[in-house]
Amino acid sequence: MTIKSLEVSELAFAYPDGHQALFGVNLSLEKGERVALLGPNGAGKTTLVMHLNGILPTMQGSVRVGGTLVDANDKAGISEIRHKVGIVFQDPDDQLFMPTVGEDVAFGPYNAGMRGDELEKAVREALELVGMYEFVDRPPHHLSFGQRRRVAVATVLAMKPEILVMDEPSSNLDPASRRELADIVRNLDITLLMVTHDLPFALELCERSVILSGGIIVADGITREVLSDTKLLSTHRLELPKGFTL
Amino acid sequence: MIFLAILIAKLPIKTVATRSLIEIPFVLFAFLMPFFGTGEKVELLGLSLYEEGLIAGAGIIAKGTLGILTAIVLSSTTTARELLRGLETLRVPTLIIQIATFMLRYMNVVNDEMERMRIARASRGFEATGMRHWKVLANSAGALFIRSYERGERVHLAMVSRGYVGAMPQDHRHKATRQELLQGFSLPIVAALISITLLVIG
Repeated sequence: MTIKSLEVSELAFAYPDGHQALFGVNLSLEKGERVALLGPNGAGKTTLVMHLNGILPTMQGSVRVGGTLVDANDKAGISEIRHKVGIVFQDPDDQLFMPTVGEDVAFGPYNAGMRGDELEKAVREALELVGMYEFVDRPPHHLSFGQRRRVAVATVLAMKPEILVMDEPSSNLDPASRRELADIVRNLDITLLMVTHDLPFALELCERSVILSGGIIVADGITREVLSDTKLLSTHRLELPKGFTL
Repeated sequence: MIFLAILIAKLPIKTVATRSLIEIPFVLFAFLMPFFGTGEKVELLGLSLYEEGLIAGAGIIAKGTLGILTAIVLSSTTTARELLRGLETLRVPTLIIQIATFMLRYMNVVNDEMERMRIARASRGFEATGMRHWKVLANSAGALFIRSYERGERVHLAMVSRGYVGAMPQDHRHKATRQELLQGFSLPIVAALISITLLVIG
């Protein structure tokens, strides 16, 4: 049996104020698989994502990345996990905190101990993957929103993660930027977990979809089949755009 | 000498002139100084002025103008990012550098946010005309503060996710060459030479 990129089993979590967000989530991703994580607002999607690299400590159940257990208390282990799980956050302004694009992309690999030419090569490769290398010395606030989103993806790709996690990658993008991002994602050779409400985007990029609702996985299957079950979708506050046919 | 530096740096005179305007209040103050004071009086252009005040005033104008011109040359030839890098090389504490770096990055973001809030207020018919409106403005300021604080938390999360453990990457791609060092020190060296000569002569 091959090692799975991601294996979440019976993961449950309650916030300190008593609000329980996850009630035993089971999810596993094969290497190279692209999976969409769908679900209404407040379903626990972000909470789940925060567990994948140990930002939220596992309370019950377990998360394994590339076979390694995520344990927030194991300082050395967790830093290794954070280099294996690349999270692209929703707001690129939160993700791009360095004064120039190049320095921002270098941040992750630098923390992993890369220096000099090797570091520069990693930065160039990552930026070329998203078609943004010409902006390497520009400050992030001079870029358009779509460009910043692409750079945010590059910052994570530069770390050569085992699995790429994207939180609402298509939000706030104009149609052209959305398509450009889709082209980039489609050409990446990487395991992908994409959190989204944008069902057509999920259909376009992910062969498999899971629906997280009320803190559990309520559906897991081929995207086209999941999306054609209108009753399932409407129960969990998901809808295809009007006029969209599969 | 500073004018020579401006020439060499090819700065537009207009920019330098407009930026120098900030000095005006200090110049006015310096002009007033000779009229108020104690000690010996001198006659100048038919005005009776205090000698001490005159010297002090002239000193302020000279130092102030030099300081401002130098600051203008520095700020128009060096980007903020390069300044920070320079400070880093001069071993200014990293914490201060980090704070300044983030300020540089997020000033625009917070400014935009403030502008959006102002537009949102104005779109619903708000106009700050008097004391009664201070409460609204204070609320906005509070909201802005909380938003920035929350953004700070999200940024920290993003940093931790990429393996941040307390130290920022240091960039040593560009080391100062001997020629650059020479150019950089030429101005203070010439100035030092002039003052030494004056000391020796005087």
